[in-house]
Amino acid sequence: MTLRNIIHSAIAMMVCFGALAGMYALLGAPIVAAAQVLIYLGAISVLILFAIMLTQAGDANLPAPFHRQVWLAALAALLIVGLIGWGAVSTDWGAAAATVAVDLNAIAAALFTDYALPLEIVSLLLLAAIIGAIFLARRPEEDERAN
Amino acid sequence: MGLASYLIVSTLLFGIGAFGFLARRNAILMLISIELMLNSVNLSLVAFNAYIPEAQNAGALFALLVMAVAAAEATVGLALVIAIIRTRQTAEVDAYSDLKE
Repeated sequence: MTLRNIIHSAIAMMVCFGALAGMYALLGAPIVAAAQVLIYLGAISVLILFAIMLTQAGDANLPAPFHRQVWLAALAALLIVGLIGWGAVSTDWGAAAATVAVDLNAIAAALFTDYALPLEIVSLLLLAAIIGAIFLARRPEEDERAN
Repeated sequence: MGLASYLIVSTLLFGIGAFGFLARRNAILMLISIELMLNSVNLSLVAFNAYIPEAQNAGALFALLVMAVAAAEATVGLALVIAIIRTRQTAEVDAYSDLKE
């Protein structure tokens, strides 16, 4: 039912990201599909694979994958799925029959006019994340060598 | 293939992510589960954007912004996990019990 080897889990996650990119393309949003491939398949998956290879000391004896409270977790997840699914299906969204393709020029214009502030905030957040990640993942001994 | 089917896929993906986050014992797999939940929200945003013309590309725009935030979150989260694993020598979250009574 579940994958015990964490590398296999990461590969399955990459397959899931690729499938989602296909869905974005089907939904008429090729720019989001391209970003999904670039950011998730290209960057985050590789980052996670690197983290796994840095931290896993061989796959000699794989421990049990789940906590003891796995049934509680399953119950909570089923509750979430039930509530959100019920809300999503029973609501009348007023959806059109056909999909509307994303207009690339409109997105580009909106990013630098109406959405300029969120764009700047995200760029600042990314800068802070990069600096924070370097600070956190640095080895302590490199610190001493620098001093 | 309507809006509802995409929303159901998104809901199931979110549920799988929530279950993985709550039930898995490995810290890196918990981060993977968070990524799954963020992806499910992105899917619903893009689906709403595609099927509701009044959205005027806002869904796709916010999906792109969410991706950037998710990248930042993954970077800091993995750096934290690597730092913790380096000091505790294990990725099992059950072993991180220093603050327990």
